[in-house]
Amino acid sequence: MAKITFDGIEVEVPDGTTILNAARQIGGSIVPPAMCYYTPLKGSGGKCRACLVRVAAGSTKDPRPMPKLVASCVTPVQDGMVVENTTSEQVLDVRKGIVEMLLINHPLDCPVCDQAGECDLQNFAFEHGVSTTRYQEERRTFEKIDIGPLIQLHMTRCILCYRCVYTADQIAKGDRVHGVLGRGDAAEIGTYIENIIDNDFSGNVIDVCPVGALTDKTFRFKQRVWFTKPVNAHRDCPKCAGNVTLWYKGQDVLRVTGRKDQYGEVKEWICNECRFDKKETADWTIEGPAHIDRSSVISANHYELPVLNQSVIADLPESTQRDLEKNPPLKLG
Amino acid sequence: MGRKLLTEHINVEGIDTFEVYRKHGGYRSVEKALKTMTPDEVVEEVKKSGLRGRGGAGFPTGMKWSFLAKPEGVPRYLVCNADESEPGTFKDRQLMSKLPHLLVEGMITSSYALGANTSYIYIRGELLYVLRILEKAIAEAYAAGFLGKNILGSGYDLDLFVHPGGGAYICGEETALLESLEGKRGNPRNKPPFPAVQGLYARPTVVNNVESIAAVPVIVNDGGEEYAKIGVGRSTGTKLFSACGHLNKPGIYEIELGLPVEEFIYSDEYCGGIWKGRDLKAVVAGGSSVPILPKELILKTAAGEPRLMSYESLSDGGFVTGTMLGSGGFIAMDETTCIVRNTWSFSRFYHHESCGQCSPCREGTGWLEKVLHRLEHGHGHMEDIDLLVSVAKQIEGNTICPLGEAAAWPVAAAVRHFRDEFEWHVTHAKEAAKPGAVYQGKSVLV
Repeated sequence: MAKITFDGIEVEVPDGTTILNAARQIGGSIVPPAMCYYTPLKGSGGKCRACLVRVAAGSTKDPRPMPKLVASCVTPVQDGMVVENTTSEQVLDVRKGIVEMLLINHPLDCPVCDQAGECDLQNFAFEHGVSTTRYQEERRTFEKIDIGPLIQLHMTRCILCYRCVYTADQIAKGDRVHGVLGRGDAAEIGTYIENIIDNDFSGNVIDVCPVGALTDKTFRFKQRVWFTKPVNAHRDCPKCAGNVTLWYKGQDVLRVTGRKDQYGEVKEWICNECRFDKKETADWTIEGPAHIDRSSVISANHYELPVLNQSVIADLPESTQRDLEKNPPLKLG
Repeated sequence: MGRKLLTEHINVEGIDTFEVYRKHGGYRSVEKALKTMTPDEVVEEVKKSGLRGRGGAGFPTGMKWSFLAKPEGVPRYLVCNADESEPGTFKDRQLMSKLPHLLVEGMITSSYALGANTSYIYIRGELLYVLRILEKAIAEAYAAGFLGKNILGSGYDLDLFVHPGGGAYICGEETALLESLEGKRGNPRNKPPFPAVQGLYARPTVVNNVESIAAVPVIVNDGGEEYAKIGVGRSTGTKLFSACGHLNKPGIYEIELGLPVEEFIYSDEYCGGIWKGRDLKAVVAGGSSVPILPKELILKTAAGEPRLMSYESLSDGGFVTGTMLGSGGFIAMDETTCIVRNTWSFSRFYHHESCGQCSPCREGTGWLEKVLHRLEHGHGHMEDIDLLVSVAKQIEGNTICPLGEAAAWPVAAAVRHFRDEFEWHVTHAKEAAKPGAVYQGKSVLV
């Protein structure tokens, strides 16, 4: 076990844990943002540099500070490490710069993007970015590519986090073809992904994409996500565990996604049949409203109010808490 | 003229063949090391020599070797980084094509010191002819019993392979090189783990530059202490400099570290002064990624001391008034050089070569290039100059590998030392955009 101090809070974690995961054990607003790291995907992380933190003391044995900021998602903790995230001006400054860099070649087409509302980049930019850009040149653009009849790749929005590449690698075992083609800002996701369109689990690349580069063609332009109602449900699926989140608008299931945790990570892959074909309430056993515990607009919606969950209610915005006092929540079950 | 340790016999007829090389004292270090020394003793000699990595970072080679993890029953690797592709640096190519056996000898002795039974030379893919020269040399060494099973009856086995590179500058970064050698895309790895613990095929690995490895036979033959006597302070031994640019005698020079920069540029023994009788304007002392310095600062440090060709003296004054020895790519620019155009050119290279893995470098290198392009072609604004500094600062130190810094440093340094020239490109945009226009305190057309 290693004991570290993160933003002044002490936490004890097993050896080999990354700084980011140690911070997630503490939870709350001190957790560094992560755009490319994805716990279930081996090898992911270290690329977007959004999670850079300052290590003020390396370890008890060697208490010197690390010379550069480190990527918290791939750097393992050492006993006695002192890490600064929100308490370091330098880190916050650099993070502002990272937002600016990520937005250079990202189109600001949130009003027409299906990911808006549950977009990691949108949240990241909202929390850490500045409201203007200093970039004047032309942005890179690509044609949209259909990866099979169900998924669309819009490279223009891609921030090259490599998550989908690792997903493809993981679900299509042994069939490695390509990952990213090209170099630098000319890099693009290559045929690697197109080659997995036959795979039963290819739809998961949509879930892992932090931005709107990979979208569900059965859901495109149907509805803004914050107008849909997330409901947890399951079914007996021969291929996958069958635990999903259904997104309702009125009585219609508009889309099906994997169940995400509070950091937007899917814990169980779901198969394409569950995702794309089962869009009737009758196909599913409903468990109850899904709680989206993130800084997105969805989490502030009223759909979760019927669930009495004190720890969740404490995190809610003040206006919602006032609503809650007016209309006391019901107990489920 | 200083002593030549590596290139003493470089011009001997047929030195690239085994017989001639052997006749001139070749492979003595292998005999000495394998027959009379333990691996640890060889490492100790290299430590004593104070040899510092010749690839750019200048990290002490002996210390790097002693960091190598040595778990029981796990193979270790030595990889020679011959992916020389820094603009301005071309020393390794010459060393390998003229003296292939020196590298092979160094590889055998170094592999023995590290306990590696398989070693690789990762050579830049474009240097196919050098690869063939090396393969011929390796075949000769196998035939003579210096490679293969039970070398010289010592019971030590070594196989040496040459691997052509993936054709990217980034593959010269040690972890990207290992990825490429494993057959993957040449993307740098996140560190830790460091290659000394998990390198090639996740085994402990040492990656050394060609010139560092070529220096090992000399150190083993003469002894580390003898080697450490050459040079000044912590900059020991000799170093190859590839001098290019506006010089009367560009070329590769082996110098004893500690030679005054002024002597190197102006002495007839070395570069022979600036061509066409012109005045020196600026120097990039260690390959395109190190900060550029104007004439006043490259010849003398800020304190007025003469600047020497050594790790310490070149970096005297930090990045405010100093630079770095880097990989020894010495680029001299005369008074007719446009610094903005030159910086744009460097920037274009790094934009092209960024691997695109991490965001500050992927987006930042392109941004720098575009802003510099705008300034050079007469569409710049005054704010752009500070923008360059700010973007460079956002890249520096926040990337996975040092390519980000390599892209940021030259831009930041050019603005630091030649700000008036950048401003002239804004205030005299039309003039500056003309081909051949250059600023020398006033506009001049050359």
